[in-house]
Amino acid sequence: MIAIAFLFFLLLTLSSALVVLLSRNVLYSAYSLLLTFVGIAALYVLAGADFLAVTQLMVYVGGVLVLLVFGVMLTQRGDSRRSVAEPATGRVPSGPNVVRTGHGRTAVGILVAGGMFALLFTAMQKADFTRNEAIFYDPLTRISTVSDVGIHLMTDYALPFEVAGVLLLAALIGAAYLSQEKNGLPPNLK
Amino acid sequence: MVNTAIPLSYFVLASAALFSIGLGVVVVKRNAIVVLMGVELMLNAANLNLVAFSRYDPDLKGQMFSLFVIVVAAAEAVVALAIVLLVHRRFQTVNLDEVNEMKQ
Repeated sequence: MIAIAFLFFLLLTLSSALVVLLSRNVLYSAYSLLLTFVGIAALYVLAGADFLAVTQLMVYVGGVLVLLVFGVMLTQRGDSRRSVAEPATGRVPSGPNVVRTGHGRTAVGILVAGGMFALLFTAMQKADFTRNEAIFYDPLTRISTVSDVGIHLMTDYALPFEVAGVLLLAALIGAAYLSQEKNGLPPNLK
Repeated sequence: MVNTAIPLSYFVLASAALFSIGLGVVVVKRNAIVVLMGVELMLNAANLNLVAFSRYDPDLKGQMFSLFVIVVAAAEAVVALAIVLLVHRRFQTVNLDEVNEMKQ
């Protein structure tokens, strides 16, 4: 039963990631990225990381993906004229608001990605995981990882926790400063 | 928690495939935002590895590490999108092949 669920979510994750790779429509890519993130959250649950699965759903699906879709919407203002006569694809988009992305260096992409997969696959086949799996602790003693993660965050990982907070604050201030209206315009329009 | 009997190698294989797909997205796509999506895919693949290995660790080191990876990835996405917005405002495009100079 668990194996079937694992296989289902694995296929969901990989096929929607392939849609991200193959689709030329940016919004289709964004929405299939949503399915990929949900599938990865399910894989986290099957790996016994329930707190991390919820975090994945909240941060990626609720935060990063919404941000990416906003980015798509905000950066298409000047491109709408351009996309009518798209020279890269050579075809006129079907709808009025189709946001398309060009594909380039496809051969290099296939070579690099395939080479990376082949490298990782051979490394994985040569690796020996049996020692790691032999010390498999009894999962039934642990009902949930939430309390363990919380205790770790407040004791062993207190300093990285605080540093992560400061990093998020810095990213917030930096993003707000960068996206000010007066930034980025050519000097004659400032 | 369920007592999963799924072998570790399946997780590692899935993560390798996901990482390769993300790398392909980064290399092939020309839209800066889709390239960011590829970066997120690669980060998620690395996280999946960390979580899969931390299943055998009573200290949950891998899960803690991937928690911090998620935090840093969120910060990275925010700053990168602000930069893409700036690039679009200055060059009127987010096509990475057309943006090949720092100044217009």
